[in-house]
Amino acid sequence: MTPTIAIEQTEWTLPDRGRAGVVCLIATEFALFTIFLVAYVFYIGKSLTGPTPSQVLELPIWPTVCLLSSSITVGIAERALKGNRMQRFMVWTAVTILLGAEFLRQTALEWHHLIKACHLTITTNLFGTTFYSLVGLHASHVILGLTLLLLTLGLGQRGSMYGQTRRFELLAWYWHFVDAVWVAVFTVVYVVGR
Amino acid sequence: MATTTYIADTLGKTEALPVPSKLHEWIVTVDHKRLGMMYIATSLFFFAVAGVLAALMRAQLAFPNGKVLPPDVFNRLFTVHGTTMVFLVGMPFFAGLANYLVPLMIGTRDMAFPRLNAFGYWMFLFGGLLLYFSYIAAEGLAGHGTAPDVGWFAYAPLTERAFSRGTSTDYWILSIIVSGIGTTASAINVIVTIISMRCKGMTFARMPLFVWLMLVISAMVIMALPPLTAAQAMLLLDRYLGAHFFDTQAGGSAILWQHFFWLFGHPEVYILVLPGFACVSEIIPVFSRKPIFGRAAMIGATVAIGFVSVSVWAHHMFAVGMSPMSNVFFAASTMLVGIPTGIKIFNWLATMYGGKLRFDTPMLFCVGFLFQFLIAGLTGIMLAAAPFNWQLTDSYFVVAHFHYTLIGGMLFALFGGLYYWFPKATGKMLSESLGKWHFWLLVIGFHMTFDPLHFAGLLGMPRRIYTYAAGRGWEGLNLVASIGVIFQAAGVACLIWNIVRSLRKGAPAGNDPWDAWTLEWATTSPPAEYNFVTLPEVRSSRPLWDLKHPEDPDYRYE
Amino acid sequence: MTSSLRMLNLCLGFAISCAAQSVHPVGNIFKPQATPAESVYHLSLLVMAVCAAIFLVVAGLLTFTIVRFRRRREDDGHEPAQVYGSNRIEVAWTVIPVLIVLVLTMATARVVIAIQNKRAPTGALQVTVIGHQWWWEIRYEGLRIVTANELHVPVSTASKPALTFLKLESADVAHSFWVPQLSGKTDLIPNRTNTMWIDPRQEGTFLGNCAEYCGMQHANMLLRVVVQSPEDFEKWTAAQRLDATSDSHVEAARAMFLSLSCVNCHTVSGTSASGTFGPDLSHLMSRANLGSGVIPNTSENLRAWVKDPQEIKPGNLMPNMQLNARELDEVVAYLSSLK
Repeated sequence: MTPTIAIEQTEWTLPDRGRAGVVCLIATEFALFTIFLVAYVFYIGKSLTGPTPSQVLELPIWPTVCLLSSSITVGIAERALKGNRMQRFMVWTAVTILLGAEFLRQTALEWHHLIKACHLTITTNLFGTTFYSLVGLHASHVILGLTLLLLTLGLGQRGSMYGQTRRFELLAWYWHFVDAVWVAVFTVVYVVGR
Repeated sequence: MATTTYIADTLGKTEALPVPSKLHEWIVTVDHKRLGMMYIATSLFFFAVAGVLAALMRAQLAFPNGKVLPPDVFNRLFTVHGTTMVFLVGMPFFAGLANYLVPLMIGTRDMAFPRLNAFGYWMFLFGGLLLYFSYIAAEGLAGHGTAPDVGWFAYAPLTERAFSRGTSTDYWILSIIVSGIGTTASAINVIVTIISMRCKGMTFARMPLFVWLMLVISAMVIMALPPLTAAQAMLLLDRYLGAHFFDTQAGGSAILWQHFFWLFGHPEVYILVLPGFACVSEIIPVFSRKPIFGRAAMIGATVAIGFVSVSVWAHHMFAVGMSPMSNVFFAASTMLVGIPTGIKIFNWLATMYGGKLRFDTPMLFCVGFLFQFLIAGLTGIMLAAAPFNWQLTDSYFVVAHFHYTLIGGMLFALFGGLYYWFPKATGKMLSESLGKWHFWLLVIGFHMTFDPLHFAGLLGMPRRIYTYAAGRGWEGLNLVASIGVIFQAAGVACLIWNIVRSLRKGAPAGNDPWDAWTLEWATTSPPAEYNFVTLPEVRSSRPLWDLKHPEDPDYRYE
Repeated sequence: MTSSLRMLNLCLGFAISCAAQSVHPVGNIFKPQATPAESVYHLSLLVMAVCAAIFLVVAGLLTFTIVRFRRRREDDGHEPAQVYGSNRIEVAWTVIPVLIVLVLTMATARVVIAIQNKRAPTGALQVTVIGHQWWWEIRYEGLRIVTANELHVPVSTASKPALTFLKLESADVAHSFWVPQLSGKTDLIPNRTNTMWIDPRQEGTFLGNCAEYCGMQHANMLLRVVVQSPEDFEKWTAAQRLDATSDSHVEAARAMFLSLSCVNCHTVSGTSASGTFGPDLSHLMSRANLGSGVIPNTSENLRAWVKDPQEIKPGNLMPNMQLNARELDEVVAYLSSLK
């Protein structure tokens, strides 16, 4: 048998711990969101009383635009950080946060309208139950992402973000995931389910 | 040569880990070995507690119209017994084994995220204490201070506010969510460690089977636990915010809970038993003096189990009234998932065949495992045939089946692992004669209890009943089953005494008491805090075999 | 009464009732007395035969291996031949199990379809069973009969087959209908209607249990299926369809009963009592047991139950009504008249 190549000559690189960890986190969160989506789909049309989605829901175009473009802006911030352009990094991180905050503000306005004007709460019917829990679960993840982004902004202010490209990349991956979930929620709740 | 130096350095030169005299060190530790031992010790503690609960239940059921326990106490007992055994014994034992052994087996110094490791342990402990705190603090239907009484799978709408008043059900929900977060953290840690921290030369193909199994189990944990967490969150929303997920009066579906629960529940039972497979896959080769037969097939079978196990969940729901097509599909998928499991049994058997079998205690437990898990798998095939299931489900036949898989299978294998790795972790050997007493008492007691219960199920005895009338044909069977508890308890007592005695004055183990072949046996017993002086390099799946047999190394054949 | 006396009473009563009504108390799934249970039985024989064969082969090999390859005392210490595997063997013991699974799946599918797709023939008896915590409401819709805990059906013979189709519903939580000798179990789930059917071939009373944990008294949610000859079944239905007796002897007792809050939960046909939370009492005395099978229906037991149901079946949803001695006498006298 031909002798095996000596180990010393081959490269031994393994995937980065942080990346593997965030991928696992995203996988587990993916499973969690899937169940809430399944529950939503399962109960479409099954409410015993009104209001129905078509009666009260409007396509959230502006919030969607905000959230999805925040994925682009966080990518710009990431690249800026990699090039050590701290000013540019801070600006684009701030833009990302503002876009995310606007998304949340729009969600809050929508919920306020639904509760006060349309009398739809989590206890009203199955639509209310599944709507608020699914959209709320997503919104809570947006809040968490925004909190972490604010943290990086604060750290950047103190000059502690130098060389933290790897960590910011992981946060950006999480943020992209949250946006991807919104695409699914948007499709199921506002397009298919209405 | 680089590969030999790490053994020479560890032999006698490095200090073994000093047993911490201060409690503080244990509380703040992030060392994977200490956390691993904490997981296992805590899991054994909960095992003893849940065992006592089971003994009480068997006392009540020994005779018809038993008056040992009132119905509400009994119902709480089986709920807490099941919940404890699954979430506070089985899962933490997996976490303990993985955390202790994976870094040693892949030749690294600690887990990928040591602090996350500690977080996982303390969340598990807190969740467990929360469950038992319910005995003191919860409010249930029958007055104050009651634990949950809804069964360990807590079917809706029994768990809705209307039928489970007070807070006992909420303790069930919260304790599992909390310990579940800990388990998920552990699983992510294991996956990342295995992916990102293997020593040089250890490709996936060369990882020990134990490590492969831990990888697959952890992947199953992170995908299977979310359905349970989601369902429990929905239940909490129902109970506290008036949501209607499982509120049948508002059009909600009781079946949806069952689907979500068993989507978790079925992979869960594989998560419980696979750590046993991991132990057996390491012990049998060493005590047969042969490599595992069909490594690639074993790895393939493991991955297949992981994937197929998510497609079988509704075999817990055959009696629910699903369509014929659904019933046939799940019957087929359930029988199919038995195939990779069967392949594993055949491969273990083939490993022993042609070997030189040593029947020290670890191997005894593995042999018991093989016979008993075979039977358990076969009663599983019976349960997979949907119409047969219509008679067997929710009866004592199912109770006997899953105790066969969990005790006869998982527990025997884990005990084998305990006897096998205890010398490594503590530097002391466990007593062989006490080990044999433990084994045989457990075999006798286990069979006395669970063999008759199959027949009770075949004669119409349903599950979760606190008593039964005379004349149904169940009396003799239940009496024998209850007597078996005494032997099982005696066996476990032998184990505890063995551990206590050996910790104090067990024979010194040395680095490699079993003449084994994986990297953990290249460290001292117990290993130094940093595990290896220099990180090893490997060229095959049995690096120590290569070192001990340089004339016939594995890497020539792999 | 003291608990040991009650124990004696239970056992005696059980034995007596068994003898008197040819009760089949042991629900052996391998002694089927109706077609669904029999189909399952035949399938189970095939499955168990396959499993037994697999067990004999594998356990046999295991035993052989343990004996043949144990390390001998005179062993030289050399390692045995290091065999890594064999692809051919792996394929063989993958293919054979796949074939076995194929066969079993087909056998399973056949029985599933035969049982689940059964169409009710015209004239089949239709009964709705509604599960409650912890009793069974039984309604013969076509016959306008409402009773509890005992399901009477006609026996099915070769010359005169008689199928009974059951609709299964629940008023509260999940339950399960299981009479092993007649059929596999089917769950009763709120907000869902399940169906099953039986065609019992032997007369007598078959015992069953609720088989889905449903709360405190799940253990005592017992079931009786009384299989009768066509004539006896006719007589039973005729008696059940009548309104409850309006015997003048119990005029005062009836007045007392109707004045108490019993009527909020119970129905007695032909009177103003129309509560539906608890079992229909119109023909209470025609039933063999009380409390869904907990105690035999004797005058002593009836009195004890009405006095304090919580003592007999703790946690059940009929509270202790705190009746005084006279109220108790009257109520029991009235109930005893409801044949």
